[in-house]
Amino acid sequence: MAEFNTSVLDKGEISVINLKGYLDAHTAPKLENNFTQLIDQKRFNIVVNFEELAYISSAGLGVFMAYIEKIRENHGDIKLSNMSEKVYNIFDLLGFPLLYEIYKTEDEAVKKFVGE
Amino acid sequence: MKRKVKNIDELKVKSKTDNLSVIRDFISSKAFQAGIAAEAVDNIMLAVDEACTNIIKHAYQSYPEGEIIIKVEYDNDKFTILIMDYGKTFDPTTVPKPDLKKYYQEHKVGGLGMYLMRTLMDDVKYTTVPGKYNQVLLSKNISGSDRDDRSQRL
Repeated sequence: MAEFNTSVLDKGEISVINLKGYLDAHTAPKLENNFTQLIDQKRFNIVVNFEELAYISSAGLGVFMAYIEKIRENHGDIKLSNMSEKVYNIFDLLGFPLLYEIYKTEDEAVKKFVGE
Repeated sequence: MKRKVKNIDELKVKSKTDNLSVIRDFISSKAFQAGIAAEAVDNIMLAVDEACTNIIKHAYQSYPEGEIIIKVEYDNDKFTILIMDYGKTFDPTTVPKPDLKKYYQEHKVGGLGMYLMRTLMDDVKYTTVPGKYNQVLLSKNISGSDRDDRSQRL
């Protein structure tokens, strides 16, 4: 069974979602719940840390697409960080770097919010 | 050993998304056995995941008791995966090209899986017998850089 876990950590105005394991059509609803809850709490400044994500399919990529507009309408953003080359390549293949800011480290991503 | 050895394996699973990991494990273990390098194994595994996700969501429309039959066949030069289902007929020509701008506006994605399959594999072929079965044949040529140098093969 594919393992996928998320944890959400609040850093002041910013919420960090940590991804771990395998993000596919089976596990994507877990991440959808994270976004839904953050939006309900009006926390729109979100960093997603990919450090421990081993795998992503298009069903996982779709989750980011589902919430991004709503979040930006509320002056927030989803910024991505710590992607492995393998995961980045899939994002890149589909042109996602045009739509999302992707940073090497979580700190950089967090600082972008603070600086804005 | 000059003989061309063909290896064939089969996996039969129900159309549930929790079987996607079972499918990926099966594909990656066969691809490694075929002597394919890690990066190419990942690409093949993702392409098969996308094909099976489409079958679960579209052909079986999330009905969990449908059958998915996955046959893997490989020799030194080629790795092919034949995936069969008995769900709703699927016409690949109706799948739109991915359009990120449109996804952004509509908050959903469609056709990304198909695009990934076509990008990651050398060939993707759909055959459908309406009311009977659908099948998709994915194939990857195993050329120099796709070979795992560490594998001890004949």
